[in-house]
Amino acid sequence: MKYIYDFSFLTSKIHNWFLAHCSSGWTILWEMVIVGLCAITLFVVLGLIFVYMERKVAAFMQFRLGPNRVGPKGTLQAVADTVKLLMKEGFTPQAADMFLFNLAPFIVLSVSMLALAPLPFAKGLQIYDINIGVFYISAVSSISVIGILIAGWASNNKYSLLGAMRSGAQIVSYELSAGLSVIAIVAFAGSMSLSDIVESQRTGWWIFKGHIPAVIAFVIFIIAGTAELNRAPFDMAEAESELTGGFHTEYTGMRFAMFFLAEYVNMFVVCAIGATLFLGGWMPLHFGNLSGFNHIMDYVPPFVWFFGKTFFLVWVIMWFRWTFPRLRIDQLLTLEWKYLMPISLVNMIIVAFVVIMKWHF
Amino acid sequence: MKFLIEYIGTIFKSLGSLWNGMRLTLYYFFHPKEIHTQQYPDNRDTLTLGERFRGEVVMPHDENNEHKCTGCTSCELACPNGTIKILYKNVVDETTGKKKKAIDEFVYHLGMCTFCNLCIIACPTDAIKMSHDFEHSTFDRKSLTKILNKPGSKLMKGVE
Repeated sequence: MKYIYDFSFLTSKIHNWFLAHCSSGWTILWEMVIVGLCAITLFVVLGLIFVYMERKVAAFMQFRLGPNRVGPKGTLQAVADTVKLLMKEGFTPQAADMFLFNLAPFIVLSVSMLALAPLPFAKGLQIYDINIGVFYISAVSSISVIGILIAGWASNNKYSLLGAMRSGAQIVSYELSAGLSVIAIVAFAGSMSLSDIVESQRTGWWIFKGHIPAVIAFVIFIIAGTAELNRAPFDMAEAESELTGGFHTEYTGMRFAMFFLAEYVNMFVVCAIGATLFLGGWMPLHFGNLSGFNHIMDYVPPFVWFFGKTFFLVWVIMWFRWTFPRLRIDQLLTLEWKYLMPISLVNMIIVAFVVIMKWHF
Repeated sequence: MKFLIEYIGTIFKSLGSLWNGMRLTLYYFFHPKEIHTQQYPDNRDTLTLGERFRGEVVMPHDENNEHKCTGCTSCELACPNGTIKILYKNVVDETTGKKKKAIDEFVYHLGMCTFCNLCIIACPTDAIKMSHDFEHSTFDRKSLTKILNKPGSKLMKGVE
């Protein structure tokens, strides 16, 4: 039972078993292999779940039923689509830059994989606990724009290039307000390490403890995060209606699937960061002195809390996508530079003031 | 100062309008039972279609195998893409004993029909109407050319 509540027992057991059977160098190597396999498995499972979830949520929000033919309630639809994509021809246009064209999906996918490293999935379950976790994630997630730009340029197609350029403009601008809203929580918690930030929310989540500034930061983070994901209503990079498919117009088969998978994993990463910073990560819901209530909440395992919060945020982002109309590129940049950016700057000053005066709980 | 009030006002106004849309989709999300879509191949027996649904042009016949078409060709003239062709025959009027024209075959090319409903509007005697039958696919194009009046059918009395 204790294995479910604290994963450090399991990880230390595996570590000791390896140490007993081989040298410390090999131990680290084998552990890295295991972690890599786990990350890839998580990737694929998340991709399948998110594709199905997206289609079902979209359908219900538009008064439809969504996939309901393949498997019970259409649950095998995503699997069938993946098999179909695997069978398709991987086509490279003749005028494309062969090397970069084939490299781009791997860059995008591996970048979203890198961002998984400092995430605390549950108590004691963290791939790499760096003391600058928040900084690391925002640094790594902005590399993905390079992959998108490479894909757009190497395709040698005007639609791809336009989509990639838009994506560049979009990510560069929205990175700012996303970063500033993250800084608000860093100021509250006083640490950049994600495990420390989770630990600081033992008495209550920052969205409750941080008063209105934390709520504003949370809303801005969700908006900027959606924009960074290139998802509708900010899907300027894909822009199906005017750019046919944006940066992945020329991609087919499995390389297209990699972009697709990377989009969904990025969605998971953004929502996981949002859940960790604002909603307490794997910390159960606790209210000050209600010890009975707090005790019941402790019975729910930490990874259930983490994935529950993350999936709730994913659902919120899907809710945005299937409600709002798409923005034009100028409206998109107006929203960032005239609204989100000044608000988050002012918000950051308020947060600093609140922290100095110790007004937060 | 006025600028600042306007600026903050826009933010709250837009948040309000965004919330309006989100509230509607939230309602839809939690009420999946209210879906209007019909699960067609599954509910083929209980399928209900709207009254004005346009399936194909049919000519209703009564129990004496009589129809209301006088052969005035209003429908043929009204049809924008030549879907309808009326062929005549000569019959002897029972009361007067004179020869007169009557329809021999009301030819309807379903393959060319766009279901625009103009022929039904043009018909002065309501001889033709749109049926609710919509499963038209066949393996042979010839079967799409239909003769709407039944063999041996006559004009209903009192229509002319």
